[in-house]
Amino acid sequence: MDKKKEAYLKQKITWVWKETLRIHKRSQETRLASSLSPIEIFVALFYGKILDFDPGDQYWEGRDRLIVSKGHGSIAMYPILADLGFFAKEELQNVGQSGSFMGGIPDPVIPGYETVNGSLGHGLGVSCGIAVALKRKKSRSSVFCMVGDGELYEGSNWEALMFAPFHRLDNLNLVLDCNKISMLDYTDRILSHYSLTEKFGAFRWEVFEVDGHDVTAVYDELRRMKQKREGTPKILIAHTLKGKGVPGLEGEPLSHIMTLEPGKIDRLLGDKNDQ
Amino acid sequence: MRDVFLQELIPHMERHENIFFLSADFGSPVLDTIREKFPGRFINVGIAEQNLINVAAGLALEGFTVYAYAIAPFITMRCYEQIRVNLGILSQVRPLNVNLVGVGAGFSYVVSGPTHQCLEDLSIMRSLPNLELFSPADWVCTKKFVGFSVNKTCPKYIRLDAKPLAAIYDENTPMDIAAGFFELKKGKDVCVISTGYMTHKALAVWEVFREKNIDIGVIDLFMLKTLAADGLAGIIGRYAYVITIEEGFIGKGGLDSLVLHLINDKGLEVKVEHLGLADTYNFQVGERDFLHERNNAGQKQLINHIEAFLK
Repeated sequence: MDKKKEAYLKQKITWVWKETLRIHKRSQETRLASSLSPIEIFVALFYGKILDFDPGDQYWEGRDRLIVSKGHGSIAMYPILADLGFFAKEELQNVGQSGSFMGGIPDPVIPGYETVNGSLGHGLGVSCGIAVALKRKKSRSSVFCMVGDGELYEGSNWEALMFAPFHRLDNLNLVLDCNKISMLDYTDRILSHYSLTEKFGAFRWEVFEVDGHDVTAVYDELRRMKQKREGTPKILIAHTLKGKGVPGLEGEPLSHIMTLEPGKIDRLLGDKNDQ
Repeated sequence: MRDVFLQELIPHMERHENIFFLSADFGSPVLDTIREKFPGRFINVGIAEQNLINVAAGLALEGFTVYAYAIAPFITMRCYEQIRVNLGILSQVRPLNVNLVGVGAGFSYVVSGPTHQCLEDLSIMRSLPNLELFSPADWVCTKKFVGFSVNKTCPKYIRLDAKPLAAIYDENTPMDIAAGFFELKKGKDVCVISTGYMTHKALAVWEVFREKNIDIGVIDLFMLKTLAADGLAGIIGRYAYVITIEEGFIGKGGLDSLVLHLINDKGLEVKVEHLGLADTYNFQVGERDFLHERNNAGQKQLINHIEAFLK
């Protein structure tokens, strides 16, 4: 990636991070910590143009399908979608307010979201169906599915994880926001996944791994993964920090359910005003 | 019934390249034909009903019409939340034509016990918005439904019997599937409203009273969500007494609830009673009609209720 693009993506990361905090300040029910861990991934997908999309025609047939299975933890997508023109930026002021189409958990009434989110463990199976359909249509579009590691406890994921390699769904790209924390604790202390690299490998997925906060590496791996079409579905394990960039939230076992009081958000935003 | 459904689907699959057929490792002789004829549009997802629904939803999002096939209790209850989220909720925003074909209505798997018998589906599937529910009594009605299911874009649950049932309808009789019911017998004062297998019981009871020179009405109700409510109310209004009978738990939102709500909603002055299965599971092996008698939804109970009214 050239320096100019890298600087552009980094500038967007800072902006999205701040906007996500501002949304949380106005709508305290939104899940902040799990929305901060995947920011680099969303920025690379959208601003890095890993995804093909058309904000003016959200169901454009040639688009790549992004299924956001970890719905609560995708509030960071709201400012991105608004910035790219999926809907008016002013709408960001209304998140969680009476009459808004944007609540704490995004649904397909929000332009840019394909499916119903919020209930965990659904996105990957639906993504498999979309991937089969795209192959049948001889479409070159890709499917990206974003899941969290806490979400992997849902058994339905493992039904889909068996399905995709057998059907050679190499147009399917699973992105794991592996922030190591579920609702009440570290996953290793709830029910360890042990080595997900080994597990996905044993299920015959091609596994990519990356530091999820190194946007250049995230971009490169997503691009490499998308381009690879060799009869195998792919997963990118992105190692991330839940609550990234917020002292007291980052790495805190209970961060999923923690809210950040408005005063603290103002101070954090002030600190970053010069960026 | 099941084989007629699948057989009737074949010409539609030949005509429409966009129809997929998914099975959760559940078969039938006719399904073998579908597997052989359309290998690119048949998928056995394995014994994995949650994924069956999710894959079906994904295909439907891309514009395919999907038939998903499994044993009735498993295609409803094992994956109820997948149906709710990815068919019920999602189809309110994005059009989806997914047809859940469940085999094993009521006690039709008589020897397989409570896991395979399906007594809750009428009520739980009726409670989902945006989803239609089809419960046919014979293969003729089933056959006529197939074309309707191809053309009507919405999620549907199709409740098929596991056993071959005698034909009630004549293939040449014009039927309006969308109306959702058919007045099989016009009667005086008393009308039985039934669905699925119980319509056969209702007709047997009609015969019993016919021999006593009493004409009772029989309505076969096969669409348990959207139906021609005004038309049905008009017919019910001609009777003084209506009794519903279903092969499902009673008082929990099934056929009884549908008819009672309609009667109240339309302000009909008619006495109404309900028969359905007692609030218990059944471990005893026995003939289907014996199980109905034992669970308070048999022919004897139906006759007794009608006689009590006529006294």
